[in-house]
Amino acid sequence: MTLELRNVVKRIGAEVHIHETSVAFESDGFNILLGTTLAGKTSLMQLMAGLQRPTSGEIWFDGRDVTRVSVQKRNVSMVHQQFINYPNFSVFDNIASPLRVGRVGRAEIKRRVGEVAEMLRLSAMLDRKPNELSGGQQQRIALARALVKDADLILLDEPLANLDYKLREELRDELPRLFKDRGCTVVYATTEPTEALLLGGHTATLHEGRITQFGPTAEVYRRPGGLRTARVFSDPPINTARVTKKGNRFTLNDRVGWNAEDQHAGLPDGTYIMGIRPHHVTPHGTGPGKVELEGTVLVTELSGSESIVHFDIDGQTWISQSHGIHPFEIGSVARFSMDIGRSKLFDLDDKLVAA
Amino acid sequence: MTNKIAYPKAWLFVLPVVALVAFNALIPLMTVVNYSVQETFGNNVFFWEGVRWFEEVLNSERFHASLGRQLTFTGIILSIEIPLGIAIALTMPTRGFWASVCLVLMALPLLIPWNVVGAMWNIFALPEIGLLGQIINGMGIDYNFTQQPIAAWFTTILMDVWHWTSLVVLLAYAGLQSIPDAYYQAAKIDGASGWAVFRYIQLPKMKRVLTIAILLRFMDSFMIYTEPFVLTGGGPGNTTTFLSIDLVKIALGQFDLGPAAAMSLIYFMIVLLLCWVFYTLMMRDEEP
Amino acid sequence: MAKISLQDLRHSYLADPKGDEDWALKHMNVEWSDGGAYALLGPSGCGKTTLLSIISGLLTPTEGRVLFDGAEVTDIPPDRRNIAQVFQFPVVYDTMKVYDNLAFPLRNRGMAEAELDKKVREIAAMLDLEDTLKKRASGLTADGKQKISLGRGLVRSDVNAILFDEPLTVIDPHLKWILRSKLKELHQRIGTTMIYVTHDQTEALTFADQVVVMHEGTVVQIGTPVDLFERPKHTFVGHFIGSPGMNVLPCTLDGEMPYFDGVPVPIEHPAPGNGGAERLEIGVRPEFVSFADTGIPVEIVRLSDVGRYQIVDVRHGEHVIKLLVPEGAELPSESAHIRFDPAYTRVYADGWIMG
Repeated sequence: MTLELRNVVKRIGAEVHIHETSVAFESDGFNILLGTTLAGKTSLMQLMAGLQRPTSGEIWFDGRDVTRVSVQKRNVSMVHQQFINYPNFSVFDNIASPLRVGRVGRAEIKRRVGEVAEMLRLSAMLDRKPNELSGGQQQRIALARALVKDADLILLDEPLANLDYKLREELRDELPRLFKDRGCTVVYATTEPTEALLLGGHTATLHEGRITQFGPTAEVYRRPGGLRTARVFSDPPINTARVTKKGNRFTLNDRVGWNAEDQHAGLPDGTYIMGIRPHHVTPHGTGPGKVELEGTVLVTELSGSESIVHFDIDGQTWISQSHGIHPFEIGSVARFSMDIGRSKLFDLDDKLVAA
Repeated sequence: MTNKIAYPKAWLFVLPVVALVAFNALIPLMTVVNYSVQETFGNNVFFWEGVRWFEEVLNSERFHASLGRQLTFTGIILSIEIPLGIAIALTMPTRGFWASVCLVLMALPLLIPWNVVGAMWNIFALPEIGLLGQIINGMGIDYNFTQQPIAAWFTTILMDVWHWTSLVVLLAYAGLQSIPDAYYQAAKIDGASGWAVFRYIQLPKMKRVLTIAILLRFMDSFMIYTEPFVLTGGGPGNTTTFLSIDLVKIALGQFDLGPAAAMSLIYFMIVLLLCWVFYTLMMRDEEP
Repeated sequence: MAKISLQDLRHSYLADPKGDEDWALKHMNVEWSDGGAYALLGPSGCGKTTLLSIISGLLTPTEGRVLFDGAEVTDIPPDRRNIAQVFQFPVVYDTMKVYDNLAFPLRNRGMAEAELDKKVREIAAMLDLEDTLKKRASGLTADGKQKISLGRGLVRSDVNAILFDEPLTVIDPHLKWILRSKLKELHQRIGTTMIYVTHDQTEALTFADQVVVMHEGTVVQIGTPVDLFERPKHTFVGHFIGSPGMNVLPCTLDGEMPYFDGVPVPIEHPAPGNGGAERLEIGVRPEFVSFADTGIPVEIVRLSDVGRYQIVDVRHGEHVIKLLVPEGAELPSESAHIRFDPAYTRVYADGWIMG
């Protein structure tokens, strides 16, 4: 069941919240909306659900124009960031509520609620109240309510954001399994690139109300069509720098330069913006990188298994992420190498020219 | 959340209310407007007068006098009830059994019918048989609210404070409850004095609630009728004749419907104007 | 700056605690040395915020003593303990300008204007707040307001410790990054004792020199990020730290050699006899599991591409084991063998590390 947005625009007052957007979401796998907090993910989801009407454009679902259909008539479920449950209903009643509104028979309700509760490991708590349970369990109730309706379109708006990071990991592992084989279209909004990569499927990167790219997640990650997409899809933030190409050589500044690799060799001479992700910039000698950089260390962050070093070159901050513990002193001069083959080149309009 | 999707059946829910409001409010309002521009001597005979009544009212000394009294009264009321209400709210317990007890006690004065309030205070303040009257006279002060203007004002104000401060208390209390603990904790850590906590944390966070409280008290006190009427009847003489009391005297006592109607409209406009000005000032730098 | 000691500490929120579950903090003795950067890490409800409140003085412990530099402060209120606290959501005095917010604690302590002006400007420069000094505090973004909260703690030079209660919760993810490294930088420059409460392991491990891992009111382990990563003392620590967490598999001991499902798992530091433990387990992190020609036979079940590495789920019987494979590496076909790195494989008896 395809969810299509055709030339959808959303304006509130003088502000454009969603610029003209056309995209189609399929029901095979997760469709992820990736972007920073005010990028427009929630606005877009509300348009898809029918909670807001687009200022112009159409929304089509399963071959039908649903733009003017009210949200109650669309077969859609939504799960929000805040665990939203009816506080004075038991867990069972909470999960059953969409079925009761739809006037499903009692025996049928019992069966379906039981099934979904089993899937989400809530069977033991069906007669408790939501606020007696932990955050993770409350969110599972909300998920159960969304699933029991067997809707054709399920919208998940950063559902794991308010949970402990470990709990988030566990639930995230379970989500694909829950939605497999249901034949519904799932749209999932998140701010974290790692989450998008782990959930797989297709990703649409959002920036300031525009979808900058849409495609299979791994592809959008590895071949971002533009610098904005690359920035949205990087955590830690991608390193960018201006480089100049002359003949066969690229130069970053008067100290750093390298010969153009095959795929970059054919480009016209000029100025480009190079983007290289932090894990391709490693302390000298530790990784496959060959192009050397020298900078003054600003901060070293050591987690148990990796080191993230912020260093400064000519007033610009670079970030290196590597395996192992590399404790550099603040203020010391350190050497790093870039794996140039993994860098991406963008022209001055932020469009990808070579990956 | 603008731009909600239209749900046609919603109108069915609203229709009864719309009809009721139309019948009870709009139609009488239109009638008043009708009267205000005409002259009648009864028997449904009307003569067009145009703005004559408005001019007459606006220029009458009587109107100026009662307007003056009204503004003074409202001013005094607000300057007592608002700070007193906040002060009481600050001292009320926030949790536990006593919190509920206090809330109920605070709510009690608001539940009494207004004419009963007036009657209560009337008897309470009578110089010979009222408890208050006896106490004040016993202290050596010559007190008789039926004959002395100052005593009448004093008693009226006291009655209103007793009756309505609770409203401010309850609103301020609700506002205070919504302040997260972390603010008090941070202030403690910053070494802030109690006064600083009030000025920089509590008062700003109560701003919205206080605006509502002030607006409500302003409107109600500006239109006050029942309690002072039962208490003093507008006397002695006309010293406690506030705007609405005066209006009723003209309309029903003298049966001058034209000027009365004009006066009500002017009255209405004043209230509306002052409320609007006040609300705009208070909400000037708030986000929507 | 002070050394902080917690002696025989126990706390319950109930008036009459009976069983173990009634105690929010179980019996503990902890020392925080002067000038260290500590993190209190644990899932929701583990007691970390309670512990922080006891250190700051906002809460008086049911039992035990709190000492600053040997002097007992258990009953002394927060403003006399000379600590600063940054809360989960920004606490600023809305009606004051940024400058006055920062000056507030100093004015309350009677400092002269000329002197405090210098201090306020110094701290504002450190936190990049200089341009906003004349603005009203209510107009700043969430991260700006958190910086003001932090600044109010830093302006006081007599501060013994700065306590952070999940301070990055309301910050945008892409700004979290900047603020996090800023905190680390600040600690390295100022050297005040800092205690940081969080449920996010990345925040904890990158910020702290020593991490205190808590679970259900007990301190499970205190150690450097490397310690916690390479030698978790309890399977909970192994599971909670690391994304994904440690693989925990049941095993048997034959003499000193652990066996997983009949396959020997050589470890570098053999464990002494199991001393009658009920449950024996092997713990090994996905980072230290690799494909090999011989070893434990498995089949590949799932592959997740996280960008800089891939997480591979393999199955042996009813157990799922995760391992990490570098970006772009080749994977064997459906069935393969895996081996555990002996230097980082540990044996656990009833959850606690052996040897």
